[in-house]
Amino acid sequence: MARRVGVEVSIAIAEAVKLAKAEVIPAYPITPQTHIVEHLSEIVANGELDAEFIPVESEHAAMSACCGSSAAGARTFTSSSSQGLSLMSEVLYIPPAMRLPIVNVVANRAMSAPISIWNDHQDIMVQRDTGWIQTFAENGQEAVDLTLHAFRVAEDRRVSLPIIVNIDGFTLSHVIEPIELPDQEAVDAYIPPFKPRYKLDPRKPISMGPVGIPEVYTEAKVAQDNIIKNSKKVIVKAWKEFAEQFGREYNPVETYRTDDAEIMLVTMGSISETAMTAVDKMRDAGQKVGLVRIRLWRPFPGPEFRKAAGKAKVLAVIDRTLPPGALCGPVGAELRSLFYKIPGSPKIFSFVAGLGGRDVTVARFEEIVEKAKKYAKKRPKELYEVIGVREK
Amino acid sequence: MAVNDAIVGWKTITWGCHVLEPGNSAEFRTGDWRSQRPVVDKEKCIKCGMCWIFCPDMAYSQDDEGYYEADMEYCKGCGICAHECPKDAITMVAEEG
Ligand code: SF4
Ligand code: SF4
Repeated sequence: MARRVGVEVSIAIAEAVKLAKAEVIPAYPITPQTHIVEHLSEIVANGELDAEFIPVESEHAAMSACCGSSAAGARTFTSSSSQGLSLMSEVLYIPPAMRLPIVNVVANRAMSAPISIWNDHQDIMVQRDTGWIQTFAENGQEAVDLTLHAFRVAEDRRVSLPIIVNIDGFTLSHVIEPIELPDQEAVDAYIPPFKPRYKLDPRKPISMGPVGIPEVYTEAKVAQDNIIKNSKKVIVKAWKEFAEQFGREYNPVETYRTDDAEIMLVTMGSISETAMTAVDKMRDAGQKVGLVRIRLWRPFPGPEFRKAAGKAKVLAVIDRTLPPGALCGPVGAELRSLFYKIPGSPKIFSFVAGLGGRDVTVARFEEIVEKAKKYAKKRPKELYEVIGVREK
Repeated sequence: MAVNDAIVGWKTITWGCHVLEPGNSAEFRTGDWRSQRPVVDKEKCIKCGMCWIFCPDMAYSQDDEGYYEADMEYCKGCGICAHECPKDAITMVAEEG
C-alpha cells in the first residue's frame, strides 16, 4: 500500500528517486536543493539504493558526469539550483542534443547579485532554451509525482530527452507536507527498466557528440526541435497512465474556476495554490475571475493553453523573473506570441511578482486583477508591471 | 530555388547526431586542406617514429626500410611532425598551384 506520510518535500523527492531506482547520481549541494542530494547520499550509503553517488567538485562536473553515465546506459539523476544551475549551463545544452534522458530536479531560486538564496524563477528562465523538457510543480505531492513522471517520459525511446522538474525553493523544498509515497511495485510497473536505443559500449562502438559542420548543424537542431515538440504526446499519455496507476491526474495546463471567467490569472509553480485561494475570495465577492496554471513549460503546450484560456477577455500573467531590458517576462512574452493577431483573443497584461523570496499573497493577486481590469479599459504605457515594489 | 548546401536531412540525420559506424574518419580526406607538405631527409632520419606518434591525422606509416612517409590523402600540412622531429629531418615544402 502507498504510504501517506508527513515529510519534507526534499526528502520525499529523494524517496521518489529511490523508488525510481536511479543508478547514478552525480550531484553538488546548493541551497535550497541540499536536502534532496544529502538524503540521496544517505540512502545510497545505507545500501537502500543500489546506485553510484558521485560527490563531484562542481555543478559543471555534475552535469558532465550525468552525460557520461546516461550515455553509458545508466538511469541518471541530479538536482541543482540558482548559481549551481548556471554553473551547469555550458553542459546543459548537451544532453538534449545527444538525447540523454537525465532527470534534474531544480529547486528554483533567484540569481545573484544581490545574493539571494530565496525563491523565484530566474535560475530556470536563464536555462529556458537549453532544450530540456520542463515541468513546474505546485505542491509537494506534485513534486514527487512529476519526478516519477520525468523518469518515465525521459527514457521513453520516442522522447529520449532530459527533463527538469522545477520545484519552488523553500516554498516547496523545505516545507513538510502530507505526501503519498507509492509502492515499489506500482513504481516498477510505471517506470520500466532503462533500455537506451544507443549507448557507449566497447563491443559496439559509436561516437556521441561529433562536430556539426555548417552543412549539418541546422538539420541537427531542427531534428532536436521536432523531437521535443513531439514529446508532448508521450508526456500527456504518461500523465494519463499515472492517473490510472496512482489516482492523481495531471495535464499540461490546468484551470481553476475558469467557466464564465472574464479575467484569468496565469501562474506557474507553487504560487498557484495561493492564487486559487485568491480566486475563491474574488468569486465570493461576485467577480468573474479564474486561474490558469502552466505545468508543462517546455515544450510549450500552445493548443492546450488556447483551449484553457482562449475565452477569457483578459489574461493577467505573472512572471517570477524580471529580465532586465526585455519587453516583458518570459511567460508573458510566450503568451503574447501565442495569441498574436488571433481574432477575439484575450488582452494580455504581464506582471512581475515574487522576486527573491518576496511573498505573493492573496492581496497581491487581488491587486493584479484590479490592475488588469483598469488596463483593459486603458492600455498601460509599459508591457509589464512589477507588483509590490516600493519606490521610496 | 535557392541552393541548399546541407549534406543530410533533419528527418534522416542519425539519432542524437551520433556517428554509428566506428573508424569512418578514414573516409575524411584531410589532405586537401594542405598548403605545405612534409619532406623527410633520409640522410638525417634516425627512424625514431616521433613523426608517426605526433601526427594528428595518423598520416605516417613505415616503409620496408623503416623510414616514415606521410600519406598525402590525409596529411593536412600542419607541420607538427617537422616541429617534433628530433633530427630536423623534416622540411615543410610549399605545395604548388
Ligand atoms: S604535416 Fe601534420 S598532418 Fe602532415 S604528416 Fe606532418 S603532422 Fe601529419
Ligand atoms: S621524427 Fe624525424 S627522425 Fe624520427 S622518424 Fe620521423 S623523420 Fe625520422
